[in-house]
Amino acid sequence: MNESTKEILERPLHGVYRWWGDRVFLAVAVILGISIIALGVTMAWVLFREGSMAINEFGVWGFMKGRVWDPGVNFVFGALPFLFGTLVTSIGALAIAFLPAIAIGIFIAEYAPRWLGGIIENLIHLIAAIPSVVIGIWGIFVFAPWMREKVYMPVFLWASENAPSLLPIIGTPIGYGMTTATIILALMIIPYTTALTRDAIRQVPKEQREAAYALGATKWEVIRMAVLPYARGGILSGAILSFGRAIGETMAVAMLIGNKNTFPFSIFGPAATMPSVIINEFREAVGNLHLSSLMAVGLALFVISLIVNLIAAYIIRKHSITGGQAV
Amino acid sequence: MKTLRRRQIQDKIMEGLLVVSTITILIPLLIIIAYVVYNGFGALNWSFFTEELGSPARAMQGQPTGLVHTMIGTLVVDFIGLVLAVPVGVGAGIMLSEYPEHKLNPILRIMNDTLNGMPAILKGLLAFALIVKPMGTFSGLAGGVALAFVMIPIIARTTESSLMTIPWSIREAGLAIGLPRWRVVLSTVMPAAKTGLVTGFLIAFARAAGEAAPLMFTSFGNNYLPNHWTGMIFGPVDTLPQRLYSLAISPYAQWHQMGWAAAIVLLSFVIILFVTARLLTRQKNY
Amino acid sequence: MENKVKTENIKSSAMTTTNEIETTVEKKETSRVRMEAKNLTIKYGTNVAVRNLSMPIYNEKVTALVGPSGCGKTTFLRSLNRMHDLTKSAHITGEVLLDGNDIYDPKVNPVTIRRKIGMVFQKPTPFPTMSIYDNVVAGLKLVGIRDRKLLNEVCEIALTQAALFDEVKDRLNAPGGSLSGGQQQRLSIARALAIKPEVILMDEPTSSLDPKSTMKIEDLIVELKKKYSIVIVTHNLAQAARISDYSAFMYLGDLVEYGKTKKMFQNPEDKRTEEYLTGKFG
Repeated sequence: MNESTKEILERPLHGVYRWWGDRVFLAVAVILGISIIALGVTMAWVLFREGSMAINEFGVWGFMKGRVWDPGVNFVFGALPFLFGTLVTSIGALAIAFLPAIAIGIFIAEYAPRWLGGIIENLIHLIAAIPSVVIGIWGIFVFAPWMREKVYMPVFLWASENAPSLLPIIGTPIGYGMTTATIILALMIIPYTTALTRDAIRQVPKEQREAAYALGATKWEVIRMAVLPYARGGILSGAILSFGRAIGETMAVAMLIGNKNTFPFSIFGPAATMPSVIINEFREAVGNLHLSSLMAVGLALFVISLIVNLIAAYIIRKHSITGGQAV
Repeated sequence: MKTLRRRQIQDKIMEGLLVVSTITILIPLLIIIAYVVYNGFGALNWSFFTEELGSPARAMQGQPTGLVHTMIGTLVVDFIGLVLAVPVGVGAGIMLSEYPEHKLNPILRIMNDTLNGMPAILKGLLAFALIVKPMGTFSGLAGGVALAFVMIPIIARTTESSLMTIPWSIREAGLAIGLPRWRVVLSTVMPAAKTGLVTGFLIAFARAAGEAAPLMFTSFGNNYLPNHWTGMIFGPVDTLPQRLYSLAISPYAQWHQMGWAAAIVLLSFVIILFVTARLLTRQKNY
Repeated sequence: MENKVKTENIKSSAMTTTNEIETTVEKKETSRVRMEAKNLTIKYGTNVAVRNLSMPIYNEKVTALVGPSGCGKTTFLRSLNRMHDLTKSAHITGEVLLDGNDIYDPKVNPVTIRRKIGMVFQKPTPFPTMSIYDNVVAGLKLVGIRDRKLLNEVCEIALTQAALFDEVKDRLNAPGGSLSGGQQQRLSIARALAIKPEVILMDEPTSSLDPKSTMKIEDLIVELKKKYSIVIVTHNLAQAARISDYSAFMYLGDLVEYGKTKKMFQNPEDKRTEEYLTGKFG
């Protein structure tokens, strides 16, 4: 050991290295971490505070059950139409997207050769990255008119000749409405569901597949017997997270759903969802009660999203599999 | 008893179904991209990048209009968001990954995931209530804050996972030569995880850059460039996603064309960010 | 009608397994060749894992494959029921005969082969979401057997053969993942037995188990060889000596020595075998 090294080693440690460096660093990290927790709490509190006027006026259930949203004349606000619109479009979108998304996930993970799987996977990521408004503009100028010409009008014309009693259920075929929004929503959540399905399938250990093959299973039987059951927790929570995405999806829906504030909704006709009504009216809202009601709709959206996210987290935890391997 | 032949036919049918559904789903998604690219490039012209939007009359009379103020505004608002979000996200990520024993971590993790899953529009409402209301005006700052709310949970998560990929032995090596924990994190762990951290920032940035919902009632929108640069921060500012929405729902055909142009610019911006992020992660693997 | 006959067949053959007397009476000539590898070479890409290997596998005997890690013994074992079909890079030349027929014949379906040649893996592999019962009968349900009574019977027989029945008979509906490691491995064996294979391949079946569970599995193997041909890969030389009738020593992809276990362990012909058995390497 030469003189200078010895000197360095014997030099008294600087304060930063002795005791307060670590504490300060940890304190900063914790404060930043806590600010995220605070952000979530603040969000709930702010939405509640801003929406309280409407809640006081109509009551929680009165507001949620109210079927009339009238910001123009009577200033009565009920959120039921939007709750209904959100649930119907999201459930519909998930119903359309679920099986195809799982199919693509299985195809990428189990069937496609590596190069093809890589290409499809990148494509899926790319599509998931398309901003909602960009899909919206395609929907407005291409998809909605096309649906109107090729689907809604023929069905509408057929019904008016053969089954006029169905017309109120089918609704006016203007192109912008619940069905259009649902289909677009489905397209938008497919990449997300697919990616989560693929992740879940990738977690299945090789041994599980081999065990099934060793029983004389065909490829599909291996998937059905070993792969899908093992991955079911991940796939299910992925579907629920996608549902959460659909609930909160705003711009494309606002651009395509036609924005009708009050019941009755019809299959092809315009409707509204919780996010779409906020986007459409918040900027123009002048009355305090109107603004507060929109905030209260936001609060309801918050609560529903919270529940959906917590359910997904619970399913992941409950279905995470530790067995099937050496204990 | 199922014969082997039947099982094999079933196997082939399932494979066929999987291939068919993959193709039928990919096609419409590709069609969307094709339309945006085709119409978008068709609608782009030079004045789109040099002129302000102005009133609808300007477009209808055929005068040159563009979205230069929108693109500048987008960059300003997005970067305000990034600058606000990075410290918070990284700090939380460090707390989760470097102090795994901390008691608040489970709550933080749940809260972070929940925030990440919260609709972006609610983040806009929050920024409205926290910034726009007290300031009394829509502003680029409020837009940036709303986007920061979008980015923070993503950055926290990517930071945590990229720090986690650094083996504990590296930290222990640092601690063993007498370095304090903070020094190990800053000078050993973080540099080693650099690519992962930057990738996370890029992904968060790209995700936020495509969001219109949080900006509608925070940065609000503006048809003109502000007279002074401070107007970009303290006054209403135009951003691409929000402008794209306004153009698309407007009644003017000329504005619809500009909408397509805005769509291709926004799409290119977001996709370049994503591709860069993906290329960075790929490099790391080699 | 035909279906019913087939079901009856399965049923009766499942019944006979418990019937020890019948098996001894039926016992064929003791050292009939059940499987045979002929000039078998297995490559991963350009990397030769098994080189020009030929050896017989006798009926109702335990054949042990021993050798240092990376010698190709697991690779050889997996070639015996065409598990390499799942690995794109694996390339196989030569023949593997089962009762005189090449299992690599292009006309032969690997699915059929795997039903005749069962396999037990290093790690226990119960399907974690299935119950114990469903795990055991998984192979039967694959071919569409739905008859409850038959399934119950086969389940009980297979679990009994795997020496697990008494431990789990009260909780057949519990998930397979809820068992201990040793029980899980015996469940995996029961699952392989339920489809009535002719040969059972075991890839280091006790390497992840504690000594007590290992003992149980070894006893089980000795019991099972009365009915099946068993090929077992093991790291544990003492285990090979305890349970096997024939042994093959492999080294760097070559079959160095093959013969009766007793003879090979006491009096190896090849120098490398002797060095390995005496612990000079490996």
